[in-house]
Amino acid sequence: MKSLRKYKSLFRIRFNAGIQYRAAALAGIATQYAWGFLNIMLYVTLYRDHAASFPMTLQAVVSYMWLRQAFLTLFETWSMEGDLLDAIVNGNVAYELARPADLFSMWYIRCLSARVSKVLLRAGPVLFIAIILPAPYGLTLPANPVVFFGFLGTLVLGSLVTCASLMLIYILTMYTMQPQGIRIAFNSLSELLTGSLIPLPFFPEPLSRILELTPFAAMSNVPFRIYSGDLAGAAAWQAVGLQVFWLLALLALGRILLAHALRRTVIQGG
Amino acid sequence: MRLYWKYLKIHFKSQIQYRASFFLTLIGQFVTSFSALLSIYFLMSRFHEIDSFSLSEVLLCFAIILMAFSLAECFVRGFDRFSAVISNGTFDRILVRPRGEMLQVLCSQIDFSRLGRLVQAVFVFSYAIPASGILWTPEKILLLILMIFSGIAVFSGLFVIYAALCFFTTEGLEFINIFTDGGREFGAYPLAVYGDGILKLFTFVVPLALVQYYPFLYLTGRSNNLIYFLMPLIACLFLLPCFLLWRVGVRHYKSTGS
Repeated sequence: MKSLRKYKSLFRIRFNAGIQYRAAALAGIATQYAWGFLNIMLYVTLYRDHAASFPMTLQAVVSYMWLRQAFLTLFETWSMEGDLLDAIVNGNVAYELARPADLFSMWYIRCLSARVSKVLLRAGPVLFIAIILPAPYGLTLPANPVVFFGFLGTLVLGSLVTCASLMLIYILTMYTMQPQGIRIAFNSLSELLTGSLIPLPFFPEPLSRILELTPFAAMSNVPFRIYSGDLAGAAAWQAVGLQVFWLLALLALGRILLAHALRRTVIQGG
Repeated sequence: MRLYWKYLKIHFKSQIQYRASFFLTLIGQFVTSFSALLSIYFLMSRFHEIDSFSLSEVLLCFAIILMAFSLAECFVRGFDRFSAVISNGTFDRILVRPRGEMLQVLCSQIDFSRLGRLVQAVFVFSYAIPASGILWTPEKILLLILMIFSGIAVFSGLFVIYAALCFFTTEGLEFINIFTDGGREFGAYPLAVYGDGILKLFTFVVPLALVQYYPFLYLTGRSNNLIYFLMPLIACLFLLPCFLLWRVGVRHYKSTGS
């Protein structure tokens, strides 16, 4: 119980630091709003000419886009904790090791709290404008409360999976000592495979079904599609199962890798 | 001009010193736009055409914008990084030197690793130019070159605006990204696919459509209107208000101290 309090206060400290940057949040909201709108216009044009070969309903696509913009900071993979990466590279990670807390949990909390604080500042305004927009362009409300709670639950699971996968990047940096390479590779791969450039159903047929099974699909893809009813029934349950599976698998892998990395870490004095 | 050439050489030499890091960033730039390319390919292979433009035409459009953007980002990077120059007081030093301040800012940063995207653009060009089915007469080749150069002008103008606004705000205003990064991302498709309102915005406010959409109609033979051929030249006029804003900014400048 006591250890839980430790992590809770760590979360609160990071959270408070995160919500300080309000001007940046405002600029971010404007950008996200414009970005979402242009994307939606693209799909509206595609839908006008090719409604028959659309793999989702237009309304589901539009909702998907707005949710993606609103929760961007929760799921994006390009921003990482800069001072953590620096600490790994310049050796200050020794201080982290000396702290009376489990290293993996501590970093995980850090990653999660930074994201939650950012998203709480930004999601509201984007969602608000998205909801009041007229019919084809706006965010529609979920069909019923069950769907809504399904969305919330998978949103939490998805962000946990995202952080778990980012932990692997931190830990791999302990091996390579050069974060840029892995970060760029991981980032561009995940942008494509999580469906943040185009939703996964728009991928060509056999590919999209394979991609549904990857950890990337267990991040933002599931909640955004459950919300609009694009994922429902058995398919939704399967997706939730995959989310839980990938969360546990990534956490286990992260812990094993970290233990291994720490065993070979040599902290040089100075 | 000789001075610029000298700076160019210095920057190139200094960046090539950190070879591993330089090439990693270069490859990174290449890879990042590769996923954008793949997503275009996936969408187009499902729908075959968007607003009557085919895959190879969209790719041509994508390559033109990507090439213009990466060249602008490489050579006009100094303006993109300008908020740092203001906030750490380096601009005072620039002002006391007996050379134009714009030239100095231009020379302060030339980032060759940004050319990773250019490599990609060249690859896409080499596919799309033959595949687009356009009959490449000298006039159309000239138009293509005009489009790329006017694209560089418009993106550079945006970077200058971004920098000029720093005179008033000290911090960089991120919303200009909507037009720079956004122009690059969304300029992959002929701008008319985003509807009339957006097309007007990109015609009259930020003239990216003059670089891309209207001359593209001429290029693909959809229109024979000579005005469309001349649009890229008109787009270059965009630089005038950008320079003007810069001048106003310089006059307004108050040092932030050391």
